[in-house]
This record gives sequence, C-alpha cells and structure tokens, in this order.
Amino acid sequence: MPLNRDYVGRQYPADEPYEVSREKIRSFADAIGDDSPLCRNRSAAQAAGYADVVAPPTFLTVLNFRYAASSPVVDPGLGLNYALVVHGEQRFVHHRPVVAGDVLHSVASIEDIRVAGRNELMVTKTEVTDDTGEPIATIYSTIVSRGTAGSTREG
Amino acid sequence: MAGTVKHADIEVGTEIPERSFPVQRVNLVMYAGASGDFNVIHWNERIAKAVGLPDVIAHGMFTMAQAGRLITDWCGDPAAVVEYGVRFSRPVVVPDDDQGATLTVSGVVEDKRDDGTVVVAITARSGEDKVLSKAQTVVRLA
Repeated sequence: MPLNRDYVGRQYPADEPYEVSREKIRSFADAIGDDSPLCRNRSAAQAAGYADVVAPPTFLTVLNFRYAASSPVVDPGLGLNYALVVHGEQRFVHHRPVVAGDVLHSVASIEDIRVAGRNELMVTKTEVTDDTGEPIATIYSTIVSRGTAGSTREG
Repeated sequence: MAGTVKHADIEVGTEIPERSFPVQRVNLVMYAGASGDFNVIHWNERIAKAVGLPDVIAHGMFTMAQAGRLITDWCGDPAAVVEYGVRFSRPVVVPDDDQGATLTVSGVVEDKRDDGTVVVAITARSGEDKVLSKAQTVVRLA
C-alpha cells in the first residue's frame, strides 16, 4: 500500500516539553564514546562559554523516541508499515547548542512523500524551540518504505 | 567556543586524520538505552536474521554519532557542529564475537566560509563497505 499523500504537511506537536538534564547528556555521551569534559563537567562547559554541559551533535535524536507515540510513523491514516522501514538520511541544523537545563518544544511535520524505484521516501522535519520560542534546531529525517511504491502510477 | 582548532589555520583540502572506532554488541546495547531506539534488529540476532539481515546491525544514528566524534574530537568542542547530515548507504554488521565491527572514519575540508565555519566531507567505512554517503558537516572553529 502506498503512503497517503494527503498527509504531507500534517503536523505532530510533542504533547509536553523535553527537559534536557546533565545526566542524560552524560549517558548519551558515554554511549557514543564521547569523553569530552564539556559533556560532563559544568565548570569546564562554563569556562568554554556555555551555560551548562553541552549535548553532542546527534543528541536530539532522543526526541524522536521520546515522542514516538505521537510521531507520524505511527499515524494509522498514513499507512506506513514499520516493519518495511529503514532509515535513509538524517540531518541536524543547530541554531544554537543544546545545553543542560534547556526545555525543548518540538513539532514534527511530514515534508514530502515521493517514489524512488519500488520504494517510497518520506521526509519529516522537526522544529525544536526553547521555552522562549527561540529556535534551537531543525531536524530532517528521511525514511525508506521498502517496496510500497509498486501499486502507484508514479513508480 | 572551546575549540582548539583555529579557523585561520585551516584551508580547503586540510585532512582530518583517519580514526578507527570499534563497534561491539555492548555499544549497541548502551546506545539503545541512551537513545531510546530499541528496534530488535540492533540487539537480537535471531530476529535480525529472520528479516533477511546477515546479523545484528548498528543503529544508523550510532554510526552517525561515531563519525561525528571524528569532528568533535578534532576540533575539541561537541557543540561546534552547526550542521551535520548523512545518508545511510550500507548497514554496519556487528557479529557477536570478540572483534565486532570496526568503523574507519576520515574527513577533508571542502569549503572555508567567512563566518568562522568550515565544511567537512566525512568518509565512513566498515570493512570494504562505505556505510555513510553524502556525509557532510559545518563546523564553527575557534
């Protein structure tokens, strides 16, 4: 079954804000083997000019799983079969560093659905802002829905 | 800005020395917990093989994070990465042995901008497989 094109443009706001903690940054840094003191030691981060410990560049991927229950991929009307999905591309645009103490608001949206051979590609964009509305990051993710383009004329 | 690499010292063509990052099952378990991505193909060999994979594969985002370390370890500041994008071209297969897989990552400066940033193209391989393509980052230097 092809994905429902009517869902392009649909928005999926997170139901509550994400509070970035020092310990979460530390455990994420541990998991990726990043031993920078800027991810662990508040004094070191402040000496470097940051308000608190800083997140590694792919940290915001945690939002994707934290808000999985309200994400586009589980929207029944979209028609996505998660067993057929692989991660195609990922891009982070950081408008400012993420630091411990940030309270993040995120809104995901379906940017595009298109055919690539027998597969379909779906691009989602997540806009992340802080408590004051200042932009923090824009995250683009492309997932591949394998073999679902077969019954469309575009394919 | 805590970086140790100065924008003035970097030119187009500057190479970021190749590094190797070992990937074992324990790394995938830790990453699953830290990221929240518990997809079974990243830790369960039985199911990974049942869906046609050669073995358990690393999270694409774990591979992306390792390649990111090449950049952040080089410049000395995890928060210096302004933009970072990759395409996941091949999976990193992680066997359950004492070796696991090895990611080999290198980079080269493709562009130097007036705003204090440089654009770095990243190459990441596991064995003969190029596991990331179109991997590029914009980094703010000191």
